Amino acid sequence: MTVAAVPAASPASTGEQSGVRLARSRRNAELSLLLLAIVLVAAYSATVEANVLDTVTSDFWIPAATLGLVFVGLHLVIRWLAPFADPALLPAVALLNGIGVGFLRRYDLAQAAPEEREHLAVFAGTGGRQLAWTLGAVVLAAGLLAIMRDHRSLSRYAYTLGLAGIVLVMIPAVLPARFSEINNAKLWIRIGGFSIQPGEFAKLALLAFFAYYLVRKREVLSLASRRLLGIDFPRGRDLGPVLVVWLISLLVLVFEKDLGTSLLYFGMFVVTLYIATERVSWLLIGLILFFGGAYLAYLLGSTVGGPFANFYLRAEIWLDPFGDPYNKGYQLVQGLLTLGSGGLFGAGPGGGQPTLLPEVQTDFIFAGIGEEIGLFGLSALLVVYLLIVERGLRAALAVRDSFGKLLAGGLAFTLGLQVFVIVGGISKLIPLTGQTTPFLSAGGSSLMANWLLIGVLLRVSDGARRPVTGGGPVPRPSGGPPEQLHGAPTEVIRP
Amino acid sequence: MNAPLRRVGVVVMILFGLLFANLNWIQAYKADEYRNSDYNGRVQVAEYDRKRGNIEVGGTAYAISKDTGGKLRFLRTYPAGEEYAHVLGYQPVNGGATGIERTENQFLAGTSDQLIGDRVKDMFTGNKTGGGNVLLTLSKRAQDTAYKELQNNEVGATRGAAIAIDPRTGAVQALVSMPSFDPNPLVSHDTDAASKAFNKLEQDKDRPLANRALAETLPPGSTFKVIMSAAALESGYTKQTRIPAGASWTPPTSGQPIRNAEDSICPQDEVSLIQALTESCNTGFAQLGVKLGADKVKEKAREFGFEQDDLTVGQLGEGGLPVAASRTGEMTAPGGATDPAALAQSSIGQRDVRMTPLQGALIAASVANGGSQMRPYLVKQLLAPDRTTSYYTAKPRELRQPVSGQVAADLRDMMVSVVENGTGKSARIRGYTIGGKTGTAQSGPGTPDHGWFIGFALDKNGTPISAVCVELEQAGSGGSHEAARIAGRIMQAAITDAGGR
Repeated sequence: MTVAAVPAASPASTGEQSGVRLARSRRNAELSLLLLAIVLVAAYSATVEANVLDTVTSDFWIPAATLGLVFVGLHLVIRWLAPFADPALLPAVALLNGIGVGFLRRYDLAQAAPEEREHLAVFAGTGGRQLAWTLGAVVLAAGLLAIMRDHRSLSRYAYTLGLAGIVLVMIPAVLPARFSEINNAKLWIRIGGFSIQPGEFAKLALLAFFAYYLVRKREVLSLASRRLLGIDFPRGRDLGPVLVVWLISLLVLVFEKDLGTSLLYFGMFVVTLYIATERVSWLLIGLILFFGGAYLAYLLGSTVGGPFANFYLRAEIWLDPFGDPYNKGYQLVQGLLTLGSGGLFGAGPGGGQPTLLPEVQTDFIFAGIGEEIGLFGLSALLVVYLLIVERGLRAALAVRDSFGKLLAGGLAFTLGLQVFVIVGGISKLIPLTGQTTPFLSAGGSSLMANWLLIGVLLRVSDGARRPVTGGGPVPRPSGGPPEQLHGAPTEVIRP
Repeated sequence: MNAPLRRVGVVVMILFGLLFANLNWIQAYKADEYRNSDYNGRVQVAEYDRKRGNIEVGGTAYAISKDTGGKLRFLRTYPAGEEYAHVLGYQPVNGGATGIERTENQFLAGTSDQLIGDRVKDMFTGNKTGGGNVLLTLSKRAQDTAYKELQNNEVGATRGAAIAIDPRTGAVQALVSMPSFDPNPLVSHDTDAASKAFNKLEQDKDRPLANRALAETLPPGSTFKVIMSAAALESGYTKQTRIPAGASWTPPTSGQPIRNAEDSICPQDEVSLIQALTESCNTGFAQLGVKLGADKVKEKAREFGFEQDDLTVGQLGEGGLPVAASRTGEMTAPGGATDPAALAQSSIGQRDVRMTPLQGALIAASVANGGSQMRPYLVKQLLAPDRTTSYYTAKPRELRQPVSGQVAADLRDMMVSVVENGTGKSARIRGYTIGGKTGTAQSGPGTPDHGWFIGFALDKNGTPISAVCVELEQAGSGGSHEAARIAGRIMQAAITDAGGR
């Protein structure tokens, strides 16, 4: 048995097969995969320059190398603070983030006047800004790993986080439109030239609260039930919390004019509820409530209008984007045409026409990239996303406490759901909503929030893969595992 | 809790499977449809990515593509602005092209089948060869003259047209429609500005976008008497046959008397046919028409090209700028019998008779060319992008033979008499034999008359060099005189350009 990165497991753990298996940190695998991702990003940048400039400038590698330094820095932090973290997460996210930065720089090149293209500063424009945001986001994730030495410590602040989450969700809805509305969706806080999307952070805070709340309530929610048609349904009074979240998400739908965020919050809650209670009935109730609510909003939008009109309009565009291809349906139509123009293999990085597609640097970045890397490239990106989500779920499976399971499972699912909502939106699978594409879209809020999410997953996976016995090579940072969540009894599942 | 987590994993896979299936639908199944959609700007970008060929006149390019390096790389530019606008047309970013830009689009764009060799070569060399070049028949000098003289006409007409053709080949020497427009703003890559410019032109009441030389008809007035004369000569009349005239004549069924333009014109009871044409005797031709009959008049007009509604001017094969059909109109009374009043008015080019300036020039050209009407054309040659290979060279062909050589010779003498002794004196050119016919057509109650002139120039050997038609819409008094003067200047320019043959 070879142990890759860390000193051999202590003799005490040799008797326990699983413990020995988990003791492999695989940090070197992470580093090699990371380097591969960086080489891919550099190759992408070189191809972009070859296509756009007809030549590869001598400093094409600088953005990739800068990203490389940042990610290798995070890798070193992981080696130090979370040595048993999942080795696939960082390289996968790094690849997505690198392609995002590369595409945004490619977009800057297309926007620049032709004679200036060759001399476009490496750290200028959206691409340069995204690079800076990446640095900030990675520092934030590293900081999270440093402060939160055990994911269970998060449960101590559950109520604070829950309150913060609701406040963050509500701010854009309450703010006047000019401070919060961009592209007809009230998802922002805009101060001066600066805008942040509080919802991106809210989903992390809310999920931590959900996980804590459900761990405390799961006995009641899963045991007390009535049986109907072979399915166990919860008692009426236990429906309270799910109805509250349903209402909040509908309010989001109506006042922030955004189906995606609404779907995201609600899906996130229902799935954590399902994981906690193991009751399919919660999923059914959730789905019926959500689709019923959305359909009701659609009907109200078509008859009453008012706050529902926006949702109705979005649904109409979704049903027939080519009905008004130059006005209402313009974005979606151009998105579809961009994807279609890419075809199977794409026009090659730098070979497309991203400037023809509005919002290509944010909502529609997946379509913009799709024009250049084609169906094959996009499928690869989807697989990378799927890998991140499934590795997150894997961490949830392996971690030994319920709070960790719910936290990691919920976060991983939320990330997957967000990818589904935005990619499904731009490809006309579901009505289009203003979500960011995790790690690709230009914008600091989304990048930071999603890197924080990855930070939490890294922390949970570290906890999951760390040898159980106290004799492991790395001592528990918090000094002995807390057997109890803050104020609540919880089981720690021994492998 | 592990069982639901595993199930959530499956749910995520299903969601991603849906995304994957949907992307397959869009990027594989629908890809071609989306790639070539009308709404897809990439189609255009690809089109603008290749340098479009030139449209040239006499060695000078009047439609060229300039490299802007922008998203749409090549900007179409028309250095001569208004002067060639109705011939060249324009190729806007959005909306339909017009003129030669439209009819020769495939060759100019390089997508023509003829240029397939260049495309294959491009695939191997990696170069991007531009489109082919189109060489026009126009004479720079004649076009300049036609444009300037129309613009600066001495009767203050704001609308009109002039067209000159080589009677022996049908090659168009000049083609101007007034008012004209600057095509450059219409092809701007700023599509909002372009459509603003287009809307402004389209709402202009003088309709500058209309090609009056080819696609608009007006009552031809007395120029129609050339066709009447041809009908008479073929029915046994000679130049010297005396026909009934008079100061005034009232057709049998109508109370409306037909008069001459001035009292001094053919007041006598009879004049010779040549005299009637020279003076433009209305009463003589009105009675002649009634005598010949409507069928004879209509038939002769048809033989000169009236009623043809599918003529185009471009290449001699297919395609080209559309030409409106000239019409003789109704001459029957209710019940089907010929209405003598209608026939009489039609015989002097009024009532429902309508003619394009091109048709006028074709009549003059047929007379000058011994009765043979050559098919008019604008495209002289199609040159490969590298200018070495020629893909098309115009081979003039006869369109029709309206009159015999003998009748043509008589008509020629009669038309020469018009310029030498009659109403068309202002068209005279020293050293050349000029023939023609003026026309003054009533445009409607209370509006000024249209002034017309159709004519030709022969060198001292009797070889025809140019046939021309000038029309000044609602020019009022002196319109036909001014039209004749302008026609003379255009023919002189054509003569100079042709090397003074």
